[in-house]
Amino acid sequence: MAISDKKHNLPDNRLERVPEYGCAPTGSTVEMRLAHTWECNPGWRGWFSTVDHKTIGIRYLITAFIFLIIGGIEALIMRAQLSLPDQTLLTPEQYNQLFTMHGITMIFLYALPILSGFSNYLWPLLLGSRDMAFPRLNALSYWIFLFAGVFMYASFPLGQAPNAGWFNYVPFSGPIYNTGPNIDVFALGMVLLGISTTVGAVNFIVTLFKMRAPGMTINRVPILVWGTLTASVANLITIPAVSLAFLLLWLDRQVGTQFFDVANGGKPLLWQHLFWIFGHPWVYAIVLPAMGIVSDALPTFCRRPLVGYTAVALATMATMMFGFVVWVHHMFATGLPTISLSIFGAASMAISIPSAVAVFAWIATIWLGRPVFKTPFLFFAGFVILFVIGGLSGVMVAAVSLNWQLNETYFVVAHLHYVLLGINVFPVIGGIYYWFPKFTGRMMNEKLGKWSFWVMFIGFNAAFFPMHIAGLLGMPRRIYTYSSHMGWDTVNMITSIGSFIFAIGILIFLVNVMISLKRGVLAGSNPWDAATLEWSISSPPPAYNFAVIPIIASRHPLWENRLNESSERSSLSEGYLLTAGHETIGTSPIDAKPQVILKMPGDSYIPFFVGLFVSLLFVGLLFHWWSFIGVMTAACCITLILWMWPQKSLAQRTVFNADHSSQNNSEKI
Amino acid sequence: MNLFDHNRSLPIGSDAKLSTGWWGVLALIVTESALFAYLLFTYFYLSAQTEQQWPPEGLPSLTMPIINTIILLASSVSVWASEHYIRLKQIRWSIGLMALSIILGISFVLIQLIEWHKKPYDMTSDLYGSLYFTITGFHMCHVVIGIVVLLLLLVWLSLGYFDDRRHAAVTIGGVYWHFVDVVWLFVFATLYLFPYSDSV
Repeated sequence: MAISDKKHNLPDNRLERVPEYGCAPTGSTVEMRLAHTWECNPGWRGWFSTVDHKTIGIRYLITAFIFLIIGGIEALIMRAQLSLPDQTLLTPEQYNQLFTMHGITMIFLYALPILSGFSNYLWPLLLGSRDMAFPRLNALSYWIFLFAGVFMYASFPLGQAPNAGWFNYVPFSGPIYNTGPNIDVFALGMVLLGISTTVGAVNFIVTLFKMRAPGMTINRVPILVWGTLTASVANLITIPAVSLAFLLLWLDRQVGTQFFDVANGGKPLLWQHLFWIFGHPWVYAIVLPAMGIVSDALPTFCRRPLVGYTAVALATMATMMFGFVVWVHHMFATGLPTISLSIFGAASMAISIPSAVAVFAWIATIWLGRPVFKTPFLFFAGFVILFVIGGLSGVMVAAVSLNWQLNETYFVVAHLHYVLLGINVFPVIGGIYYWFPKFTGRMMNEKLGKWSFWVMFIGFNAAFFPMHIAGLLGMPRRIYTYSSHMGWDTVNMITSIGSFIFAIGILIFLVNVMISLKRGVLAGSNPWDAATLEWSISSPPPAYNFAVIPIIASRHPLWENRLNESSERSSLSEGYLLTAGHETIGTSPIDAKPQVILKMPGDSYIPFFVGLFVSLLFVGLLFHWWSFIGVMTAACCITLILWMWPQKSLAQRTVFNADHSSQNNSEKI
Repeated sequence: MNLFDHNRSLPIGSDAKLSTGWWGVLALIVTESALFAYLLFTYFYLSAQTEQQWPPEGLPSLTMPIINTIILLASSVSVWASEHYIRLKQIRWSIGLMALSIILGISFVLIQLIEWHKKPYDMTSDLYGSLYFTITGFHMCHVVIGIVVLLLLLVWLSLGYFDDRRHAAVTIGGVYWHFVDVVWLFVFATLYLFPYSDSV
């Protein structure tokens, strides 16, 4: 039919072709050719150069989980200190550094990266693609995350860790009151981490809009995708605020500018605005994808589709829209005008509406379904309960008058842990139980799984519910000890015991992972009998993901026959083959109509080196090694130019001029 | 299964605005625009509350900045034209215009350096100086990166890498340069025109 020859050029099969179409059963020539094309270098070379989104996703998950454990150990040390009044296990300065590093680790180095891990691993699988839009950027994003994490911990062993809390208010974090390297490490580390988060967000957004399987129109994508998309857009818009804030602070501290310098007209509240303009959307960025995990995985255990897909998708975005205009609720006690407090208080309360939409959708899904009480289900159901408790205390602190009473008390600590652990950690652990068979090909142990859930759930509530009471009794947050005359002894003891029980729950989970990795029951491609695309391929998936790029006709490609919502059926075994090198299909943003055959880059060392040089550049900034900074800037430039150099194999260059000698480069793969 | 016609031929690789790179640079522009928005927010937030002489040297002279703005905008036009001539298959014109854009970009940098030199304050002398040099410094960084990008495009054009069917890099690099220029209009309006609003 309409072969769209450009009017003045002969069709050239290097620039345009009819993509091969057909089937590729396991063991077929096509399938073996794909396996050969997409396989990664063996050994350490592959380790440094891989751009496979699955490998990168697993690395993200493991690295972020290690940070969770580190942050957890810090928390346990603090709980040991606070279990009894007048303890001297920690000095005040040590306590400051511990609670600061605990916050930084959990919020920046665990909570979002772990979700990036899920999304990296799952996006192409959920969307029916062979890779992310920018595989090398994906690798870069991981390396910088890793280096930024190491960077922020570099001063910890020296007893010089960041010590002004994770939101790092000036003037305490400014050059006058905080003279050591503590805050500089945090400031530069955050700018560095911001690069990683930003390029990661760009990758998710472009992948969603350009790389969906044909027929997967925008209203057929899984909810996890909506969650990560919303979070990524928010990151794109708000990360610059915090990167700028930290950069300005570093300039104040090291160069002598006066942005936050009260004596010279600078404004400490500017810090709070810039930080929370970022900080509050970030809170949603670290929960919305996790809520997406639940929205996608919970229905599998209820044996029916999610109730209210459209409502949940819209609620996800509405939450974020509100999330942009609530930052001042972190600043209610700073003396802002009443009108401002009212508006931001009202917006904060309004967030309960889209949140409730999602909660009722989950409840209705359980209610109308036939729940199967497997471990992931327990975690997801537990999440709903914790979300409701955390949401209610959220509405309470959104009320300005109550906020003034509860500001800087343990009530706020209780609230934020209910929402962050409840909405992030529980879905994450549930998600690992759910996708572990896909990651590894083996099921996790169900008995240990149930134990891990109940120990975690009981420990969690024992640890964090009493914190509400401690707050109402007036216990301020961030104090390193207290006197027994204050009447806080019992609640603190219960909290400390609960936190150790919770940690035992995490330990059981880790033991389960170790055992199941070796001895878990082999999982087939779809052990849970789930509905989405990732379960249509083998576990673990092959390097190329889909031998045949599927054609999608509904939201539940694997449940179409039983749901019988329409006469259309997705085609999973017949579709585009695309075997001429690393190729996948690019589709239109809304309708997912095929538009272009995308050439994907193969393994490359460049992302590792760019990440390394950028990180060393920040090391140079920390120590003021100006010539070293110059060398690293040049090194970054050179590696980036190599990265960007137009390649024939990616069809970024013309094929007509002076290429007869090397034209085979692109085709021999 | 008639969702689409699978016998239709499709372009391969980086085909201008179908490429992922085009979408990537648009996302980059969104996040960079946000960065400049926060920079200008910082300026307005601090200037609204200041009790200092603002700007310290009195109302800024506009002649050179306006000329410089015109130079920068002209460079945007010539980058646009350079891309246009690739599509017309007139690579020589394209190369010439790209070189012109680079010269205009470098002129902007030089004039801006002279402007910096003329200021009686620096980054550390007062709050206004901190803001002025941080904001224009940020923009200067972007211009320099943009010039490096344009230089690369010039090299690649000269090596005969691009023709009317494959030149996504020029489209992508070009739109980044347009962004750098448009952002300057906001910076210019804030730092040079806004102080006049008080004196009217």
